[in-house]
Amino acid sequence: MSEQKGSFGIQGTGDTSGYGGLVRSSFSPTSAQKPYGSYFDEVTDELERAFPEFNDAIEKVVVDRGELTLHIKRQRLFDVAKTLRDTETLRFEVCLGVSGVHYPEDSQRELHAVYELLSMTHNRRMRLEVSTPESDPHIPSLVEVWAGTNWHEREAYDMFGIIFDGHPALTRILMPDDWPGHPQRKDYPLGGIAVEYVGATIPSPDNRRSYR
Amino acid sequence: MSTFASSRETTEGTIYSVTGGDWDQVASEIGSAKEERVVVNMGPQHPSTHGVLRLMLELEGETITELRCGIGYLHTGIEKNTEFRTWTQGVTFVTRMDYLSPLFNETTYCLGVEKLLGITNDVPERASVIRVMMMEFNRISSHMVALGTGALELGAITPMFFAFREREKVLDVFEKVSGLRMNMAYIRPGGVAQDLPDGTVAGIRELIKDLRKNFKDNAKLLIGNSIWIKRTKGVGYLDLAGCITLGVTGPVLRSTGMPWDLRKTQPYCGYENYDFDVITADTCDVYGRFLIRMQELEQSLRIIEQCCDKLDKLDGAPVMVADKKIAWPAQLSLGGDGLGNSLDHIRQIMGTSMEALIHHFKIVTEGFRVPAGQVYTPVESPRGELGAHLVSDGGTRPYRVHFRAPSFSNLQSTAAMCEGSLIADVVAAVASIDPVMGDVDR
Repeated sequence: MSEQKGSFGIQGTGDTSGYGGLVRSSFSPTSAQKPYGSYFDEVTDELERAFPEFNDAIEKVVVDRGELTLHIKRQRLFDVAKTLRDTETLRFEVCLGVSGVHYPEDSQRELHAVYELLSMTHNRRMRLEVSTPESDPHIPSLVEVWAGTNWHEREAYDMFGIIFDGHPALTRILMPDDWPGHPQRKDYPLGGIAVEYVGATIPSPDNRRSYR
Repeated sequence: MSTFASSRETTEGTIYSVTGGDWDQVASEIGSAKEERVVVNMGPQHPSTHGVLRLMLELEGETITELRCGIGYLHTGIEKNTEFRTWTQGVTFVTRMDYLSPLFNETTYCLGVEKLLGITNDVPERASVIRVMMMEFNRISSHMVALGTGALELGAITPMFFAFREREKVLDVFEKVSGLRMNMAYIRPGGVAQDLPDGTVAGIRELIKDLRKNFKDNAKLLIGNSIWIKRTKGVGYLDLAGCITLGVTGPVLRSTGMPWDLRKTQPYCGYENYDFDVITADTCDVYGRFLIRMQELEQSLRIIEQCCDKLDKLDGAPVMVADKKIAWPAQLSLGGDGLGNSLDHIRQIMGTSMEALIHHFKIVTEGFRVPAGQVYTPVESPRGELGAHLVSDGGTRPYRVHFRAPSFSNLQSTAAMCEGSLIADVVAAVASIDPVMGDVDR
């Protein structure tokens, strides 16, 4: 983890345990082998049937703790999502949101976007995961497939700097419009950021007054 | 004529700062303008926007042509903060997101941690029953605010008093059980913080009788009230297709006739063992959503009654997993000076067992390790599907915590509900979504 300085005496890794033992490592789940169990075989088989370029689009299939995750190449995300929504045997008609994750150690795949899907028709859940390099943080927007991802994509852009191509109005949503940086990236410190208002600056907590 | 409303010219047109008592003047000045289009900013400090929600309304006369929400005024970085604290400390953060239903935040988070640890089936039954009971009480207290403030915003003041009277009694239960009325951090990974104090179940049985009677009285204040009906029927219309594509869940979805309730469709915490009904309406409007909330109160009482029976049978059973590497070591108890460690526990770690002291110190400061992986655990909160997306890298702190907040997703539908309607209906529509800004902004 990169060097950082934050409030409340946090320095370095941000380890508040006092042991200096906070080691951050990125994890890479292994690809599952068929049969996956549960309804996962049915979902993947149906997707393969409905989407001929399945093998080209899917990086790996992960089955972990009873949950199915499809890692998808970002170029094919839109087509896969549309197939998952429109195919009658799949019918994932609800996208519950987009969650960004930053893995600085995962070279050329630093930023991940995780989509939780729900099929009310078949009472099933699954997850799509897409990665993009930090140097070129572009992922196609899914607003046209599920309108509800609109705000979620704005949040992932705000917090992680992932640019969703094709989004109707990709602006910050939680942070102020003129905020520099993307706060939930791992190299962004916790606290220690001076807050600027129009005409005034509030120093960060660690620069105010020391009681030590 | 005195000038209350100061104005200034911008590239977008004239901007008036309205401070109250000056609408006549603004209206007269706009009347002479060439453009009929007016953009009005509502909130973030506005009594009917449920906290710090900002609405930007584009009006033609009194009709809304375009509506946009401005959010983020209550962003507190809870997701980021949890990455720097242990898995157990995370509970204390997440309970503060949706401050009207803190126990749901805690439960969805703890279910996620338990799934990552692979101990979902090891959580004692008594702990699950207590969780269900506390969640259903929380659903009541949350719906009471929705109904009370919803009515208040439409001009009905009396339901607010009655709703908060009932809510207060529920908060007393929370205080008795957890020591706190809000933000309890009561539900912990592996179980709950402490067992119920003596006499809780008997007290709850008495309370249920009270609540059941009073809920009926409250409902009479609104159901059949002609003003209420005129303000809510056919207002804030959103049909099933709109809900599905916008990811809207909870009472708003159920008001379209869709019986989707995770407690029934994808049960957790043993909800499959309880007998209750999923309430729906087919009106797709504000009226139906409030009707659903009123009837869900009774369903929650039914579940709590069944919890009481189960708790009687499980008296004395454990409320935390047996694994001492995960269970919080402190035996909390309600002392004369408030909530603290039990004296027996202090005596043991300070006086008799050095190893117990080391263990206590290690698990409280360092925490436990959670195997690497990611999970998503949804629960049915009073507002809809609340889900925790947790990522662990195998360490003692979360790698990433994200909450799929129902208020956040549901609030997106405000524009779809309000555009084309009158400005007064915005208040009713927003109240029927029941957004909690702490949940929206996290």
